[in-house]
Parts: sequence; C-alpha cells; structure tokens
Amino acid sequence: MSVKKVYDKQPKEFKFSDENLKKVEEILKRYPKKNKKSAVMPLLYLAQRQNDNWIPLAAMKYIANYLAMPYISVYEVATFYTMYNLAPVGKHFIQVCTTTPCLLRGADKIVKLCKENISPNENEISKKGNCSWMEVECLGACVSAPMVQINDDYYEDLDEKSTKEILISLIKDKPLKPGSYRGRKNTSPEKISIINGEKHA
Amino acid sequence: MGKNMLKKENRIFKNLYNEFGWDIENSLKRDDWKDTKDLIHKGREWIINEVKTSELRGRGGAGFSTGLKWSFAPKEVGSRPHYLVINADESEPGTCKDRDILRFEPQKLIEGCLIAGYAVNAHVCYIYIRGEYLNEGKRLQEAINQAYGKNFLGKNACGSGWDFDIHIHYGAGAYICGEETALLESIEGNKGQPRLKPPFPALVGLYGCPTIVNNVETVAVVPTILRRGGKWFASIGRPKNTGTKIFCISGNVNAPCNVEEEMGIPLKDLIEKHAGGVVGGWDNLQAVIPGGSSMPLLPKKVCDTLTMDFDSLIENKSGLGTAGVVVINKDQDIVECMARIARFYKHESCGQCTPCREGSGWMWRILDRVVKRKATFSDIDLLSDVTKQIEGHTICAFGEGSAWPVQGLLRHFRKEVESRCREEPLIKKKLNNPYLVDQHLLENKNA
Repeated sequence: MSVKKVYDKQPKEFKFSDENLKKVEEILKRYPKKNKKSAVMPLLYLAQRQNDNWIPLAAMKYIANYLAMPYISVYEVATFYTMYNLAPVGKHFIQVCTTTPCLLRGADKIVKLCKENISPNENEISKKGNCSWMEVECLGACVSAPMVQINDDYYEDLDEKSTKEILISLIKDKPLKPGSYRGRKNTSPEKISIINGEKHA
Repeated sequence: MGKNMLKKENRIFKNLYNEFGWDIENSLKRDDWKDTKDLIHKGREWIINEVKTSELRGRGGAGFSTGLKWSFAPKEVGSRPHYLVINADESEPGTCKDRDILRFEPQKLIEGCLIAGYAVNAHVCYIYIRGEYLNEGKRLQEAINQAYGKNFLGKNACGSGWDFDIHIHYGAGAYICGEETALLESIEGNKGQPRLKPPFPALVGLYGCPTIVNNVETVAVVPTILRRGGKWFASIGRPKNTGTKIFCISGNVNAPCNVEEEMGIPLKDLIEKHAGGVVGGWDNLQAVIPGGSSMPLLPKKVCDTLTMDFDSLIENKSGLGTAGVVVINKDQDIVECMARIARFYKHESCGQCTPCREGSGWMWRILDRVVKRKATFSDIDLLSDVTKQIEGHTICAFGEGSAWPVQGLLRHFRKEVESRCREEPLIKKKLNNPYLVDQHLLENKNA
C-alpha cells in the first residue's frame, strides 16, 4: 500500500469558488439523487485544482459537509487514491513512471536526472524554479517508454538529452510541449528499414 | 506476410494512430453509427446471439465470453434500474491499448455503449477512466458531446426509441479499481476495495442494481461485429479464440508500438514484423511477459513457437491477459525486472486481505534481497511458499496477479535466482541481515 503524509501546515478554512460551485452542481447531476456520495472523487479533484494542486484537511471537511457524508469517509478516499496530493507539490509536478516496461527502456536514468536537476529527494520543492518530482507506478503509455507525466500531460519516448531539456524548461517556467520526443506519430510502429537482413514494417 | 497476418479489410480500429481524424465527421466516414438504429431494432436476443456467435471474449484480461456475460443481466427490469459500466481504468503494466481507443476511436466505444446498454436494459452508462488519462477523458467527453449533438445519445438515442446517457467518472491512481467490483465501489464514492462474489455485479452491482461491466476494447468491437456478422469475427483466429486484438509491444524491441492483429498470431511474427524485432536480434531474447505484468513470463525457448491467444497461453502456464507484450532481452537483469513488478504489486495492494497485503511486501523484499545478492538459498523456498499462500486466498484476482509473475520467475529462471543467492550467512558470520525481524520497520523506508 502507498503511504501518504498529510501536510503539517494546514489552512483553517476552505470553500469552493463560485465557479467551482457551478461545476459541483453539474457533477451531482451525473449520479442518482440518493447517491450523492459518488461525487466525492470529482469534488476532491476540484478542491485539489482550486488549492494549488493539493488537498487540505479543511477541504475534506467541507466536502463531507456538502455531500452529507462522514468526514472519515472522505479522508479514507483522499488517502487511498494516490493522485490526491495531501501536501503541496511543485507548480510543475513531474511524475516519473518507473514500472518494468519503462525501467527496461531507461526510466532509472530519468530518475537520476530528476535527482540532479530538481531535488535530491522525491516530493521536495526545487530550490530553483517551482518543481517537484516523484516516482509513480505504470502510467499506461508503455509503448512510448520511458515517459513522464508533468501536471496533466504525457511526455513520451524520452532519452537523457530530451529529459534534461524538459526539466530545464520547467525550472525556467517555460515548459516544452508534451507528446513524443522522437517525432513519432502516436503509437504507430516506426519505420525500420532493415532488421535481420530482411525488410519489414 | 505470414498466413496469420491480419488482412487490412479485417481491421476494426482503422484510426488507431489517428491518421484520419478522431472527430465524429471523420468517424462517420469510417462507418461508425451506420445503421445503428436497424441493429438495435433487431432486438436484444439477436444482438446477444450475434455476440455469442462471434465468440468474443472480454479484452480486459479474464477473457470471459461477452455474449454470455450480457445474458446474465435480468431479462426484465424490476424495481431497480440496470447499469452499464465501462472499465477504462487501464493500469496493467505493459498495456496501453484502451488509451488509443479513447483518443482516436471514441465513436466506436460510444456506439458500442449504446448497443450494449440496450442489450442489457441499461439507460445509464458510466465510463470509469483512470485519473492519469485526463486528456484522454477530455477527448472522450468531446466525442460524447458530438454524439449528443447528432442525437446519437440522449432521449430516443439514434432514433432507436431507447433513452441512453453516458457519464465519465475519473479514477485517481488506484490499479485495483480495474477489478470490476472495486471499480463499482469507487464510483459509489468509497475506497476501491473489491467485493466478495457472489453476488455477481450482473445481479447486484452499482448501487445494488444489476450492472454489466465491460472493457473498452470489448465494447468498441461490438458495432463492427454486428454490422459484419458474428460469423465474420469468428472466422478470424481459431475456435474459442476469435477475432482481432490490439497488442501492445513494449520493452526491448526496436520499434515499440500498438498494433491490431489476428488472434493467434505467432509471437515471433508479432515482434519481428510489427515491433522491429528484439534489440540485439531474436537470439538476444531472454523472456517475454505475454499479457501484462500479472501473467507469468515465458523464456525464449517457449517464445520461439508460441502463438498469441487465450488457450495456447494457458497451455503454456501463462495467459493472454490484456495482450500487453513486454519483451525482455539478455541485457537485462531478469530478477531486477520481476522485483520491480513485485514492488508494483506491493504498492497497489488495496490492503483488504491479509495474504495479499502482507504477502506482496514479502515477495518484493525477498526479490529485492536477491537482486542485492543478500538472499540465501532458503529464501527461494520461502518466496515460493509465500506465493502459494497468497494464491487463492484473496477476495479478488489481485492475489494471483501478484503471485503468478513470481511463480513464473521461479519456474523458468530458478537458476538465475539461485546464482544470486548464497549460503545462510548467520551461521558463518554475523551480518546485519534484517529478515528475521520486522524488517518493514528497517531499511526499506516505504515498506
């Protein structure tokens, strides 16, 4: 099981913005009226977006109140799922996939580059710029390995050179574009003219 | 081209790489939503029978007959509404096929949802997408909006007389939510911990109502099956292992890719003709994980002649799973690769059943010791014993999924594992070897 730490400096209050309150009403329409509780996951996401990408305990209490469910049930959900950040992360939050398919193609080198360029340890805000990084489990882009997720976007087909360029661009707060860094079209096979002396692909 | 290669006209996902545009206008050109109304008007029984004739097996990993699953939904709607739930929580390491369907062939999925929803008497469908696929989910929502714009969804969907709505629900990074009952718990707003079965979701599922849960790829191929006929689908592949399948080929190959191929294609053809061959040539192949990380790995000598379908892989004590093919060549430390998979399972265990929660940690720690060459020979037997104590002793199949890869390693690469072990060190000299104490309190800080 994953272990998550709750941040020690918690804000006292949390409220959804008016704009988000409208979104909440839309979200609640998706579920049967008597099953409001289903909205807890989308609401936690909203709270996370509103609060610089992490969820304070006050937000959990607020959501529990809003959905008429016990606070502990919201806390349970927020701690169970790994994508809810319970402590601040960098403005540029880098998640490095290190599961076997990425590992086979050099994910460990990307971790090393993150340690050198961002911060020596996971989940530490960088000294320069506003970045943090962590290792995560399979992000489901295995044929584009190795890859990282930065905030919402996937950066694929990386190597050491391109990773370093991306990391530096984040530190300068001018992020490069997501997508493949080998110029390939999505997940199609790349043209390889001669393999084992025969022509294929 | 070998005789088992899929003919171009038999491909279902023509836009797998987004060469022709994903939006609804381009999808219509590819025959999505063609005569959907007529298909629905042929009735539930016809739809389910046609899917049974096609011998379509679920593409999410278990390979259960889709037609049969649909027939488990109650024929009449009682006091409780029926639900259709689509499992797009693609998190099995080595698998990334559903992502491309969500991004580039969303109308196939949406049309499939309407047909499947009608077949199982559901007016509401939830698509559960893993949280990391935020952009894919946004794309799918756009596609759903386009379908509403054309009246393909909503009241009297597609002129069929059937009301049908689709909602997206995002997960938040829990692998276990790919298990169907954990997924339902997650939609209900709980921790994603699997339920005991029976009762099966077909009778007591989402909100206690009859629910059919299908994988993205399964539902997305249904419209094409109905249009071209169950017999057409069944003519591809071999009996009980029919149709086409998207294979994801990753790891040590020259050109990793997703590709739709005929069920039963030889593994060697798949790797050499589509993925550019093993890095360093076929002889440099060490092992292949044939169906996502839960399926036991197979050594080169099995891979030489292996064909990729459900039953042939079961014969080889592995499984097709999600058809995520992870290729490992001889440049890699096989034990390290499997230790990383064990770490994945340790991280993703939901913690509900003791054998899995504790056992997945044990397996990882022992394999980690083997990699660091701190393990003893007796550790190997201990490891084997732990896998047997997990397997079959858990609520869901996660237990098997975490134990089988390790069993596969011991079955095929025991010598590799032994070569990294040594005699009992405590007898000879006092080492600071933490495995006799509660070692999760020591050394491995995340344990």
